[in-house]
Amino acid sequence: MLATQILVDGFAISALYGLGAVGFTLMFGVSGVLNLSHGSTLLVAAVTAWALADRLGAYGSAAAGVGAGVAVAFVTYFMIVRPIGRSRAIPAAETEIFILTGTLLWGIMLQEAVAYWFTTSPHTVRPLVDGVVVLAGVRTPWNEVVTAGLCWAAIGLLYLLINRTRTGKALLAASMNPRGLTLLGFELSRIHLLVWAIYGVLAGVAGVLLGSFLGVSSDNAGTLTASAFSIVVLGGLGSVPGSLIAAYAVGYIETLTAYLIDPSLRTIPALLLLVLVVYIRPAGLLGRR
Amino acid sequence: MRTALLFLATVGLLALVPLGVSGYVIGLLTFAWYFGVFAMSWDLLFGYAGEVNFGPTFLIGLGAYGAGMLNTLLGWPVPACVLGGAGIAVVGGLLLAVPALRLSGPYFGLVTLVAVLMLQQGVTIGARWTGGEIGLALDDVLSIDERVNYWVALAFLGVSGLVLLAYSRSPAGLILQACGQDRVQAGALGFNVAKHKVAAFCLSALFSGLSGAMLVFYYGTVSPGTVVDIAVGVQVIIAAVLGGRRTIVGAVIGATFLVVAGEQLRPLGQLATFVVSAVALAAILFFPDGILGVLRRIRRQ
Repeated sequence: MLATQILVDGFAISALYGLGAVGFTLMFGVSGVLNLSHGSTLLVAAVTAWALADRLGAYGSAAAGVGAGVAVAFVTYFMIVRPIGRSRAIPAAETEIFILTGTLLWGIMLQEAVAYWFTTSPHTVRPLVDGVVVLAGVRTPWNEVVTAGLCWAAIGLLYLLINRTRTGKALLAASMNPRGLTLLGFELSRIHLLVWAIYGVLAGVAGVLLGSFLGVSSDNAGTLTASAFSIVVLGGLGSVPGSLIAAYAVGYIETLTAYLIDPSLRTIPALLLLVLVVYIRPAGLLGRR
Repeated sequence: MRTALLFLATVGLLALVPLGVSGYVIGLLTFAWYFGVFAMSWDLLFGYAGEVNFGPTFLIGLGAYGAGMLNTLLGWPVPACVLGGAGIAVVGGLLLAVPALRLSGPYFGLVTLVAVLMLQQGVTIGARWTGGEIGLALDDVLSIDERVNYWVALAFLGVSGLVLLAYSRSPAGLILQACGQDRVQAGALGFNVAKHKVAAFCLSALFSGLSGAMLVFYYGTVSPGTVVDIAVGVQVIIAAVLGGRRTIVGAVIGATFLVVAGEQLRPLGQLATFVVSAVALAAILFFPDGILGVLRRIRRQ
């Protein structure tokens, strides 16, 4: 009974972690940007869905939340990442650390803005579907099933987009050899724009689902970024399958710890695993290099 | 050399401040001086070693809690606690740095970030000894006279600043800069990149730890919210970048600006952090060389 409970709960939370981390890793793989405002992007999407729930209903507000995720992603790109990348005053060798610091600050601004208008108390987005279902003898809310299903649907669509369409293949090529791609006549800036759009959708969906499944508070935007970052590094920076495997590893380790040892120690074993992997195999489980 | 003299002269002038202002301002500036040392230590890693340490509060927190617990649990006198705390910060920093510096860029940043999260969890789990979320009240304080506290902090800032300036301008500092900007080329020139980076990390840990330890004896309490929380680390980063990276002195200017601005913006309540972050972001975008960089450009024209 407890085993199936852990299996079911762990599956849903891991799917959510996976979706939350996939956009982050895709972004790094294609354009080499580590977006430290990731957690705040999820937060804004979730809070938008929560705030508009009364006016637009469950579906409309969820869509608005995803839209907010895309909007934040574009603002991040146009206001912070692109200007820093093009700035003449910043030496090329230091662009990376400037983007890290810049997105970190932007994330804090978003977090504080949410805290100001919507307080720091946790908000739970209205679930898309109510009720419970019995899965293998475990009473599970429909919302949990829908969350896991939607996460996998989004990841599946991403897989199709990357592997089956021309644009997707260009994205993949950009992650392998950007210069080669420009020589083939592709506009790299359009690829970056596309990646930010995909990132925005993924982060928006992940944020809204996170908000309905666990609830979000402006206080945990930083923790969200840190979890996504850890999962992505564990799986190998830039590797989408690696991130999914890592998301499941972390999701199940956390669920096991919470159920079997102590809920307050939930995050510690995964952090230890992360440190261990980074020291032994810095490229992560499936990383290149 | 001229920077060092200018720095010393400024510190000397600042020593006269307590004679003419209220206790409130003295308290504010005392904190700013300790905070300035945090930012300088961070700048040594960021500006010179080229490593983004997202966990300045790991080193600060180790020093602060090390000193605090030596005082409450073992009853050591204040100076021994401060030195002990700094020692713990250096040892902890070494344990973190030796393996972590094999990694570079984002990986190093992540490991340092995780180190803070683990320290924070450690404080919560060891609540019996650390006081947990609420914190620990110490048995001793540096001094009950606010002016003495101010002068101690300022003297500490002066000494730390001079040591860090001297190190950064020394041959070792130049090699460190080379390692930070192009580790492959620096290695090809025969420099031991890892050794120089570890040395810088130790120095940074030493001053972060000392400053953290002295800060808790100034406050008389130690709690995660003041010395461990990631938000504190972010403030340190903002201060160093805002003041001007790779300058050491700029970090102090940034830290002072941040502390004073934070106080001025207090009427804004929650929005204060938003405004400070926005200013820092604008500085990064438009003046990546920080306050000191702008001052230098004006003088050159």
